[in-house]
Amino acid sequence: MTELSTFWHVWVSAIVIGSMIACGALIILTKKGQKFDEETDQTTGHSFDGIDELDNPLPKWWMYFFWSTIVFGFGYILIYGVGDWKGFGNWSSYGQWESEVAKAEEKYQPYYDKLTSMSIEELAKDEEALATGQRIFASNCSVCHGPTASGSEGFPNLTDNDWLYGGSPAAIKQTILAGRNGAMPANGLKPDMTDEQRKDVVAHVLSLSGREGAGDATKGKALFAQACAACHGADGSGNQAVGAPNLTDNIWLYGGSEAKIEFTVRHGRAARMPAWNEILGEDKVHVVSAYVYSLSQDQE
Amino acid sequence: MSTATEHPTYNYKVVKYFAIMTVVWGIVGMSLGVLIASQLVWPELNFEIPYLTFSRLRPLHTNAVIFAFGGCALFATSYYVVQRTCQARLISDSLAMFTFWGWQAIIVAAAITLPLGLTSSKEYAELEWPIDIAITIVWICYAIVFFGTIAKRSQKHIYVANWFYGAFIITIAVLHIFNSLAVPVSAFKSYSIYAGAIDAMVQWWYGHNAVGFFLTAGFLGIMYYFVPKQAGRPVYSYRLSIVHFWALISIYVWAGAHHLHYSALPDWAQSAGMIMSLILLAPSWGGMINGMMTLSGAWHKLRTDPILRFLVVSLSFYGMSTFEGPMMAIKTVNALSHNTDWTVGHVHSGALGWVAMVSIGALYNLLPVVLGRKQGEMYSTKLINVHFWLATIGTVLYIVAMWVNGIMQGLMWRAVNADGTLTYSFVEALEASYPGYFVRALGGAIFLSGMLVMAYNTYKTVRGANAEQQAKLAQA
Repeated sequence: MTELSTFWHVWVSAIVIGSMIACGALIILTKKGQKFDEETDQTTGHSFDGIDELDNPLPKWWMYFFWSTIVFGFGYILIYGVGDWKGFGNWSSYGQWESEVAKAEEKYQPYYDKLTSMSIEELAKDEEALATGQRIFASNCSVCHGPTASGSEGFPNLTDNDWLYGGSPAAIKQTILAGRNGAMPANGLKPDMTDEQRKDVVAHVLSLSGREGAGDATKGKALFAQACAACHGADGSGNQAVGAPNLTDNIWLYGGSEAKIEFTVRHGRAARMPAWNEILGEDKVHVVSAYVYSLSQDQE
Repeated sequence: MSTATEHPTYNYKVVKYFAIMTVVWGIVGMSLGVLIASQLVWPELNFEIPYLTFSRLRPLHTNAVIFAFGGCALFATSYYVVQRTCQARLISDSLAMFTFWGWQAIIVAAAITLPLGLTSSKEYAELEWPIDIAITIVWICYAIVFFGTIAKRSQKHIYVANWFYGAFIITIAVLHIFNSLAVPVSAFKSYSIYAGAIDAMVQWWYGHNAVGFFLTAGFLGIMYYFVPKQAGRPVYSYRLSIVHFWALISIYVWAGAHHLHYSALPDWAQSAGMIMSLILLAPSWGGMINGMMTLSGAWHKLRTDPILRFLVVSLSFYGMSTFEGPMMAIKTVNALSHNTDWTVGHVHSGALGWVAMVSIGALYNLLPVVLGRKQGEMYSTKLINVHFWLATIGTVLYIVAMWVNGIMQGLMWRAVNADGTLTYSFVEALEASYPGYFVRALGGAIFLSGMLVMAYNTYKTVRGANAEQQAKLAQA
C-alpha cells in the first residue's frame, strides 16, 4: 500500500479545512470578548510569579493579516483542489511538467533537427555540436565516466580508442541508446578452478602484456583456452561482439595488478551501462555520441 | 555538586543539572556541527575513519543540538517555570531525577549508535527502536511530573508558558510514537511500518513538528516566562496569547507536507501543506509580537542588559525565520530553494538565532537563581555581552553564507543554454559553493566560541555560589 487511501484523503482534508474554519472562529470569538478596543495598561488580574498579563486587544493589522491568509487558503483550495476534487484550476504537477517539456521541445527541436540531419562523423567536426554534446555529457555521463571522460575503475576511459563494444559511430550510438550489460562469470567457464590453477591463468594473462606472475604461465595457457578463450579469444585479444576486453593491450577496466586480476577471475565481474534512449531521447543521444566519438579521434 | 543551595520549596536540583548539561551538550553538538561544516570545505577532515564521516556525524550533530542541547534546555526551564508559576514543588523529585538520568543515557546511546552507522534512516528520528522505547518511557515520566505539578498548583489559572510546554510534551509524545512505529528484525535494526508516500508523509508530519513543537512551542514557553521576567514588564496581550497558541498548535501539525513538494505525495496534499504553512505565519508572529511588545517601556534596559539582548535578538530571528519558512513553502519558491543550502540556512536561523539564543538568555537568567543568587547574577556580565556578540555575528555569517549559496545553487541548477542543455554541471555548482562553506564553518566556529565563554562563566558562577553557601553555613 503505497498510495493514499480514501481514509487519508478524508482525514487530511477534514483536518485542513476544519482548522482553517476553527482559526476564523477563534478570532471572531476573541474579538467579541475583548474589553478594550485600544491599547491599555489594564491587566487581566492574573499574576504568576510576579508576571502580570495586560488585557490588550489583538493588534488590528495582525488580525487582518491573519484573516487574509485564511481567505487566501480557501481561494487556493478552490483553484488547486482538495482530496479527490481537482479544483477549478485543474492543476497537477505532472501536467505542469508535461507543459514545460512541450514548451522546451518546441523551442529546441529545430536546433536538434538540424544536428540530427548530419552524420556523427560530421558532427564530430562541428564545434557548436560538440559544445552541446559536451554539456549533455557533463550533466549525464560524467557521474561515472568522469568530467574529462577518462573513466575510473569499472567505468571505461572513453578517450583512449580502446573499445569494449566497438568504437565506430554506430557502435557508440547503439551502446548509449540501449545500454550494455557486461558479465564475466567467476572463474570463466571453469567453475571448479582451483587456487593453484587460477594463479597459473593469471600468470598467462600477465604474459599477454609482457609481464610475469607468480604462477606457471605455460600451464595457464592451457587453462585459458578452456576457461577464457570462448569470449576473450585464443590469443586474448577480446571480442567486441560480447564486450569481452582485449587482454593484450595493458589497459585494465578493473585494475591491472596481479591481485586485481586474480580478484576479477575469482569473483567475476558485472557491469551495467544504462540505456539512455528513454532518458535523453534519440536526438540528444546522437549528439552526445558525436562528442564521445570525437574524444579519441585525434589520437590514432 | 552541593545540595546546600536547594530551595526550601522548589526542586532546583534537577533544574540545575539540566541547565549545566544544556551548556555541555551545546558545546558537544555545536563542535560536531563545526567539524562537519569544515569537512564540507576540507573533506580530508574525516581522516578516512568511517565513524567520522559526514554521513554518520550529521545525524549525531542534529540529534545532539536538538534533543540533547535543546532538550536539556526545555527540561530545565519547564521544571523551573512550572514550579514558579504554579507555586508548587514538582510532584516527585525521584521521577524528575529519573528523567534527567534517563535523558542523559539516551543521549549517550545516540552518541554511540549513530557513529556506528546504526540508524532507522528517518531524519531527526534516526535512533533505532530500543532507544525509541527508552525515549517513550522517559517522556511519559516527564509528562507525569509536568502535568502532575500543574494539577497540584496553588494558582487558579495556568500561565501561558505552561500551555506551550504542555502542548509540546503531549504532541512530541504522539509524534514520536506514531513516526517510530517499526518492525524490529534484530536488536539494532527495524523497518518502518509505513511504506512509500505514506511513510514520507508520516515522516514529514513528524519532521516538521520536531521543528514546530520541540523547537517552537517549547521555546515559546521559555520566551513567555523569561522575557517578561528579565524585562520586568507584564506580558503585552493575554488575548493575543490565546489566539496565537491555539492557532499555532492546530495549524503547525499539518504543514509538514511542504517538505514533499513535487514528490510522489498527491498534489492536493502538497497544496494543503503549502496553505497550512502560509496560514501559520500570523500565529507564529503572534508570539513574536507578544514578546517584543512586552518590552515596550523597557527598551532602555537593552543598553545595559545583555541577557535581555539575547532574548530580543532571539525573537527577531524567530520572526524572520517564521516569515522565511512560509515563503519557502510556496511551491514556486520551493522549486528554487529545495535541496539547496538555503534550507540549511533557514534551519540555522531558527536553530542558532531563535532556539539557542532564547535558551542561552533563559539560562543566564535562571542559573544564578537555582544556585541561590538573584536572577541574572552571573559571575561576569561582561562575558555575557561578549557571548552575545559572538553568537550574533556567528549566526549572521552562517545564514548569509547559506542564503548566497542556496540561491546561487538553485539558479545554477536551472540555468539553461540556448541549445536546451544545462549551463552548469553539478560539480560546477558545488565548486562555486566553497567560499560559502568556508564562511559557514567560520560562523559556526564563532558561535561555538561563544558557548565556550558561557561554559567558563557558568563554571565560575557555580564555584562562586558554592563558596557563598559554604560561608553562610559557616556563619550559621
